[in-house]
Amino acid sequence: MIEIENLTKKFDQFVAVDDLSFTVKEGEVLGFLGPNGAGKSTTMKVITGFLAPTGGSVTIDGFDITNNPIEAKSLIGYLPEGAPSYGDMTTIDFLRFIAKVRGYQGEEIEQRVNHAIKEVALDSVTQQTIETLSKGFKRRVGLAQAIMHDPKVLILDEPTDGLDPNQKHHVRELIKNLAKDKIVIISTHILEEVTAVCSRAIIIAEGKIVADGTPAELESRSRYHQAVSVRLSAEYDLAADLTNVAAVSSVEKVEDADLTYTIIANDGQSIFSQVSEIAQNQHWPVTEFHVERGQLEDVFRTVTQQAEGA
Amino acid sequence: MGNLNTIFQRELMSYFATPLAYIFVVIFLITNGIFTFDLGGFFIRGQADLLPFFGFHPWLYLFMVPAIAMTLWADERKTGTIELLLTLPVRLSDVVLGKFLAAWVLTGIALLLTFPIWVTVNYLGDPDNGVILAAYIGSWFMAGGFLAIGSCMSACTKNSVIAFILTVTICFVFVLLGSPILLNAFPAWVPQFLVDAFSAMGFLTHFDSISKGVLDIRDFLFFAVFIAAWLLASAIVIEMKKAN
Repeated sequence: MIEIENLTKKFDQFVAVDDLSFTVKEGEVLGFLGPNGAGKSTTMKVITGFLAPTGGSVTIDGFDITNNPIEAKSLIGYLPEGAPSYGDMTTIDFLRFIAKVRGYQGEEIEQRVNHAIKEVALDSVTQQTIETLSKGFKRRVGLAQAIMHDPKVLILDEPTDGLDPNQKHHVRELIKNLAKDKIVIISTHILEEVTAVCSRAIIIAEGKIVADGTPAELESRSRYHQAVSVRLSAEYDLAADLTNVAAVSSVEKVEDADLTYTIIANDGQSIFSQVSEIAQNQHWPVTEFHVERGQLEDVFRTVTQQAEGA
Repeated sequence: MGNLNTIFQRELMSYFATPLAYIFVVIFLITNGIFTFDLGGFFIRGQADLLPFFGFHPWLYLFMVPAIAMTLWADERKTGTIELLLTLPVRLSDVVLGKFLAAWVLTGIALLLTFPIWVTVNYLGDPDNGVILAAYIGSWFMAGGFLAIGSCMSACTKNSVIAFILTVTICFVFVLLGSPILLNAFPAWVPQFLVDAFSAMGFLTHFDSISKGVLDIRDFLFFAVFIAAWLLASAIVIEMKKAN
């Protein structure tokens, strides 16, 4: 379990992380979201013990990162932003170095290294120097390094940044497989990733938590929650038919799409059955008809802009 | 201890993974040869000792040692690997020491490879090999002093060229502190104890007596304490400047 209490990090006068408190339990995959400069990376750097907190505490399984750094760091696997590694080393030498620093000896070193190589599919580049590798492979070397010691806590700063869709998929599968009895914290800009892999999401802005919940809970905060999307085959005035339905707040035309409309619900009320009944009775020329879960992107914008405006 | 050794090995290997170590050793040997035989007048002196050889070492180190020290921390910061390294379960002291020792051993290897000159002087005459051994060790300790300054300067910046220039400048000051040029430049009203204190901080003061065979444990102690102090300063600088 990770416990973060009143964590504050200041750089001179600038407050990067402002009185942050939350706990993460085993089995949770926490998505850490926020605009650039919101304090995501700084928070991760403090949790992993790279930066010392200005105030507050971080405890990993009972070990305080400031007072028991070695014990706490032993429990963490960390992929820093940009996946830095020693470019002049070969993949296998680099991973052996990490295994040794992680305290493995003799046979164990090869076992751990081979395991990590298999896990992230690095077999083809073990003898290449890391600086000659593609971005995707470099990222995987960083991941291999982070999962080397089968850590209880895995902290990944933008693990899929700059990867192609196949690689992204692969990394997400990997995270899901690893997550079972671990704590995983990933930071990302990519909101679909949160829906795809995270069991919980925290949105921060200006160093403060502005939203915390499961992806579904966050989506339900969206004004598009329970909205009904309709695609028509011919022009039709939907709004005229819906004026008498109290639960419908408005009808919006979707940008960049012909004859597609979103019927927005009032306060997230369920309007699907009512709207579908009207659609049948009035013979709307419908080709597509479905309920929106809500858009995470919309929630993200709303909560982070509120924080910045405040 | 385990981690110190692991880091030491990685660092030392990384010198030999690039041409850096080889270039350093080769240039060190060539310039040493030129200085000793040409400028130092090794043969003309007609004496069976290595004074002209060791006499140039402070000036040789002044430019060569900062060149290997400059990347120690600056590159870690530049590539971001410092974040990787310092979030591993290692003590900062192990990393600072491991990196320093790797660079120090590299200078030691370069120094050992000057053995033909020792063979030469033994072939030509009958030198005091005890003095020569002491001078070798003294020279290595002095290189350590230069390196420790370099480690600290490298920790101050992301830019290894800036680290190089800063290191050369500060090393130059410490070399000069013990030299007669600077000591004579003090005006008469400066109290003698101040002049002595400055002189005692100088590399030349200690190295000259070692290389002449005056074996005083205090001269070695000076370099040991000097190295320890600058490495401590490195650790403090790294701790303070990690965030930038």
